[in-house]
This record gives sequence, C-alpha cells and structure tokens, in this order.
Amino acid sequence: MAKLQSATELETWRKDVLATRDPNKQTITICGGTGCRALEGQAVSDAFHAGLAAQGLASQVDVKMTGCHGFCERGPLVVIFPQRIFYPGVTAKAVPDIVSKTIAKGEIIEKLLYEDPATGKKITYEYDVPFYREQRRVLMEDNGLIDPTSIEDYVAVGGYKALAKVLSEMTPDQVIEEVKRSKLRGRGGAGFPTGRKWEDARKAPGDTKYVIINADEGDPGAYQDRSLIEGNPHSVLEGLLIGAYAVGAHRGFIYIRNEYPMAVQYITKAAKDAEAYGLLGENILGSGFSCTFDVHRGAGAFVCGESSALMRSMEGKPGEPRSKRIHATESGLWDKPTVLNNTKTWALVPHIINRGADWFNSIGTEGSKGTMVFSLVGKVNNTGLVEVPMGITIRRLINDIGGGIRDGKKLKAVQTGGPSGGCIPESLADSQVDYESLTKVGSMMGSGAMIVLDEDTCMVDTARYFMGFNSSESCGKCTACREGVVRMYNILERITHGKGEEGDIAQLELLGETTRNGALCALGRTAPNPVLTTLRYFRDEYEAHIKDKKCPAGVCKDLISFSVLADKCTGCGLCKRNCPQEAISGEKKQAHVIDQQKCIRCGICREVCRFDAIKVE
Amino acid sequence: MVDLNQVDAFVDRYGGEERALTAVLLDIQNAYNYLPPEAMHRVAEKMKLSPLQVYQVASFYKAFSLKPRGKHILTVCLGTACHVRGGPRLVDQVGRLLKVTPGQTTPDKQFTLETVNCLGCCALGPILVVDGKYYGKMTVGGVEKVLNEYREGKEVAANG
Repeated sequence: MAKLQSATELETWRKDVLATRDPNKQTITICGGTGCRALEGQAVSDAFHAGLAAQGLASQVDVKMTGCHGFCERGPLVVIFPQRIFYPGVTAKAVPDIVSKTIAKGEIIEKLLYEDPATGKKITYEYDVPFYREQRRVLMEDNGLIDPTSIEDYVAVGGYKALAKVLSEMTPDQVIEEVKRSKLRGRGGAGFPTGRKWEDARKAPGDTKYVIINADEGDPGAYQDRSLIEGNPHSVLEGLLIGAYAVGAHRGFIYIRNEYPMAVQYITKAAKDAEAYGLLGENILGSGFSCTFDVHRGAGAFVCGESSALMRSMEGKPGEPRSKRIHATESGLWDKPTVLNNTKTWALVPHIINRGADWFNSIGTEGSKGTMVFSLVGKVNNTGLVEVPMGITIRRLINDIGGGIRDGKKLKAVQTGGPSGGCIPESLADSQVDYESLTKVGSMMGSGAMIVLDEDTCMVDTARYFMGFNSSESCGKCTACREGVVRMYNILERITHGKGEEGDIAQLELLGETTRNGALCALGRTAPNPVLTTLRYFRDEYEAHIKDKKCPAGVCKDLISFSVLADKCTGCGLCKRNCPQEAISGEKKQAHVIDQQKCIRCGICREVCRFDAIKVE
Repeated sequence: MVDLNQVDAFVDRYGGEERALTAVLLDIQNAYNYLPPEAMHRVAEKMKLSPLQVYQVASFYKAFSLKPRGKHILTVCLGTACHVRGGPRLVDQVGRLLKVTPGQTTPDKQFTLETVNCLGCCALGPILVVDGKYYGKMTVGGVEKVLNEYREGKEVAANG
C-alpha cells in the first residue's frame, strides 16, 4: 500500500473500502474482549467458521471478532447483523443451531434470547436490551462493530477523518480553541480542562515536546481503557495525533499496563498499520506534519498512573512522583513540555473535531460535559462497561442499567474513584455522577470504576482492603504517605481482628487529615479517602467492631462464627467433605455440627451448602 | 543457565536506550520466569547504566521477581470486584492446598502463588489465572480440580 498523500486520498480510499462492503450482508460478531475470551469466546468464533463452512455459507456470511461490547456478565456475546439479533452466553455447542436456523432461515431461537430479569420477557434485538437501551454510547459506539485489528474497518466508520480535517483545514490554535470550547475535562479522574493543558504545552518554550496516552489503568475494578484499546485502538491513536499537531509535538507514546497483553498487541498493530498508510510517522497525509509513536509497557506499579511518576518510569527509572510546582506541560518527560492525557480523553478528541464542540456541550451537566464510561462491578446483576452522559444518578446507573443488586440483596454503598476514592452510602444514591458532585460527597470520579457493595459487605473491612492496597502501592518517597497510610492500615487491621481500642477512630481521623495535607502526590493526598468516607457514613460499624467486638456484616473472621441451622440441614455431608479442618461432624441425613475449636472460618461450608443451612453471626 | 547472548539480543531489540530498561527486564523475566542476577549485571553493562539503577527498577515494579519462580504461576486477582466476591478465600484455599503463602514457590518448584491488583475482567470475579489461562467465577471448592490439571501425575498429587 502506497502512503496516503492527502485528505482527498484518504476519502478516496474510504470510498473504495465502503464499495467492497454490503451493509446488508449478514455478519456475525462475537465479542473478543478479554472477559468473553475467558469464557471461551474464541471457541465460539471457531465454531461459527466451521459451521458456516459445513453448510456452504462461508462466502455469504462474515464472521468478526470485535472488541468488548460491555455486557461482560452475559458473555460470550454474539450479535447478528444487519438486524442486530442478540444472543448472550453462547457456547460452541449452540453454534450449529444458530447457523442452521438463524443464519440459513432467519429464524429466531427463542431459548437463546436474552430474558429481561425485571419483566421475564425475551428480547430479540441488542438495542432493546435495557442494559444497552439506557446508555449513550460515543466512545464505545464502534466497539461492537469493528475488528480492532483492521484499519479498513476503522476507516469504514469514518476513521481518521478528524485527523485529516485538522491537518488540512485547521491551525493548531484553532484545534486548541475547539477543544477548549468543548469543555472537555480529563477522563483520568482529576478532570483538568484538556484544552488548557494543550494550550500551556503549546505556549511552553522549546521545539521538542511530547504527547503521551496514559493507559496505566491501575484502579482495581476499572477496565474501560483496556476495552477501548482492545476494541478501537485507532480512535485513541487518532486523538493523540490531533493533540500532537495542536501542541507541536513530534513524538507520541502510550504507557500501557503489561497486565493487558492483548491491548499492547492491538495498539502496536494499529500504529504499524497507520504508519503503512501514511497516517503516522513522516509527513502525515502529505501535510508536512510528522509524529512518531512508541509503546511503553508498565511493570506493575499503581503509582505510575500519576503523571510525574509515569514520566520517570518512561525514562527507565523507578516510578516516583515529584512535586508538581512545575507542571508537566512546562517540564515533563526528559524535562520537556509534555501533554499526558487519559486514554478516554484522547479518544474523545476525534468525536469533538468531527461533530463540533457544541454537540459535545449538549451532553452532560454544566461543569462536566460529554459522556463517561463506567465499569459497573461488584454485587450488581449486570456487570459490565456502560457509557452514559455525565450527571446520571448513581441509582439509575445501578437499577436501570445494572439491573439492581445480586441475589435480591440491598444496596449498601458504592465505591467510586478507585482505591483512593470514597464509599457513597445508599442514602446518597440519588447524587449525580459528575466531577463536582462526587467530590462533594467525599469521593471522586477517578477513572470510572464503580464498585457496588451490598449489605453483606463490611465497611471497615473495605476500608482496610483499600488501605492495604494503598500502603503496598505507596512508592515510599514522601513520609506522609509512606508512614501515614501504613499506620492507618495497621489500626484497621487491629479493628477487624477484634483488637480495636477506644480512641482508634480519632487517631484514624487525625492520620487521615495529616496524610491528605502532607503527601507529595495525588496518590497520598487521596489515599485516606476510603477511611474518611466510611467513618463519615458508617461510623456505627466501626463502633460495633471496636466496642462490641462484632462485625455486623459477618465478614471479619475473628468476630464471627459459623454454625449449622439444624432445621435447614439435610445431612447431605457436602460441607463435611469440603471442610479443610475436618471441623464438621454428623451422621448421614442428620443435622451436622461445626466444632468451633477447629473452625478457621474460611467460609467453604457456607459456599458449598445448597440449603442455606450455614449461619454466620 | 543464563544465555548472555540472548540477554544482549533483548537489549539490542530496543536500541539500548535507557527508557527501554523496563521492556528489556520484562523480556528477560518472560524468558526465565524471574530476573537472574547475571542477566541484570549484563544489562547494566550493555546499556551503560549503574547496576544500582537496574536493581532499583527491578525491585520497584511488582511484575519483576528476583527469586526463581515455579513452573506454573497461579495468580489470584484481588482487585476490588474480586475482593468483594471472595478473592481472599481463593488465596487461602490455594495456599492451604499447596502450603505456600503469596509470593512463595512450592519446594518442588512446580507452583508459585501470586496475587494481582486487578486483571480487568471484573464480571468474571473471583478469578484465578494459571499460566495465562483465566478461570472465571472460581469457587473455593473448585480450586483443587484446577490445580490437578497442572500437577505432574495425579498420584504425586494424591500423596502430596
């Protein structure tokens, strides 16, 4: 392929690509996101290829492995185009039926359809499924349509149009003005206005400048950046190139977690393909503008998501942050002006250029414009990735899209903003989700992880979990974070082990405030949030642990005991066989008993019991 | 044995720039399952860095192991979603069956137990990964069956 020399040549190529495609041709798409692959999505894809070949349909039907569709809970997902027939949870065994009925004869297979748990009704089409219906998809729009390894697929849905427009019709200042007008704010969590960041870097003195994609998605429970790169890598790359042009950078990078091997592979391929077509590298689209691109893999350090730590890490050094008195836009990577934006921020840029700042402004709230992708995880029925306008309420997210809480339990709290975010109680579930509102209730946007906690969750244990995470991820450079977070963790350990003392709560609050004020970087400054918010909203649980030595949720091992409910126990012996301590005894068909001396409270008996006969208290 | 020529090749792959240090170390770790000291010294020499910087980087990032690891790496996800769905109980169960704690390797060098902060497959939690194969929605009771797939001969397993 000869390199494209102009915006016109790109359009000609796009026409050629579209001319070879029939929008009415039957296409089977299988979700190839990491979640669906783990559920044997590849085997389903292979089965379709084999099934179509066996029926002589291979040339009439396309089979495509796409990026993540978002509804991970029901994977592997299959959608049949053009009608968008939706079959969730497809196994390789079901494939021959789909081929011989739906593909060959257009028959819908009732038993494979999605059943709406709320109404019990079967739903045929993807767009009617409540999980999708209530969303507003911009970033994730093309994820289910395109093969992420095919640049033609991206071009067919309008890919690189924004880059061509910018290079042929707009000055860098005009690009920055458009992004500023869109009021786009950083999707990494802090919400800094993107246009201002670009303007600062553009105005900074010097000819050597850099742009970086932050794909070090370290927040546990967040995987939207990964899914975007795995599903639509070119969109991220296109956004980066537009930014590079706007700030005057000629070298771009992605810093990506090594835990995401497929995303690494896809972005690497995307860059190679883009370069082959003259969309990356020297003299892009004949405009005279050049920009190279390199992939930098992380090596497992949460703090590297912090901008200054990330840049040190890219230089081949330990990822320790430095004071932000000087911004990266003045002195970042190798002490040159640098723009670092989150993956989602970059990927939104082509949409803003194509559809205009006014369109972007029409979505969201006063202070938070556009859409945000959340990962809805934890004790919610429909786990997955959802894209919604900023400003939706937490309750709508959980009930209307997430399908409510698992197993009919009650919502207790929602943890947003990653390990240094906060826990928002059910009583505040009508709060809006945007930068300001989340901060007001003591949490933060973070990268969009939304972990739903039900009544079986112990809030003290949750705080302990996050402080354990934060203390092991503290880089150790500044004292406030290194010592403060560990001290808080130690106190929480004691409390959850039933050794809490009078005064612990006051001590936690003091340590929290001190760490917040004294830490060098955002990790340390926000690390006390899980403790401070649970103390604010769930103080009674702390008191129950400390004063009464009880864990109301039945989680903290030293404060609970397991026993068999004699009236429910059928004497099947399953718990007895599975108990690692041989602590359970009883005759067949007789109620069993747990020896409290031997019991280590591992919970296996409760997990294996089919009759709900194990009680925790 | 460490093949120093291979180490050289890893360094050359990235042109020897300082910024490639983590990439080089990741490749060495992929090849040897850990970072052998000889390899790290060779990297320092060849990239003209101080051994101190190489050790600093190797010990800073969680992906690197300075100790030899087992033939099979068992990784239990302890991200928040897996945590609330019982990830810690999986760690306990693997540990009980293999008599190791996270970070340790069995004496026969077959298994290393590790934990990770999030694999981004939260819908499948709790997750156990063995040598890159994902076992989603794992239960405590199902751990042994998975381990048996990787044990060398079931008789050994029954005795151990």
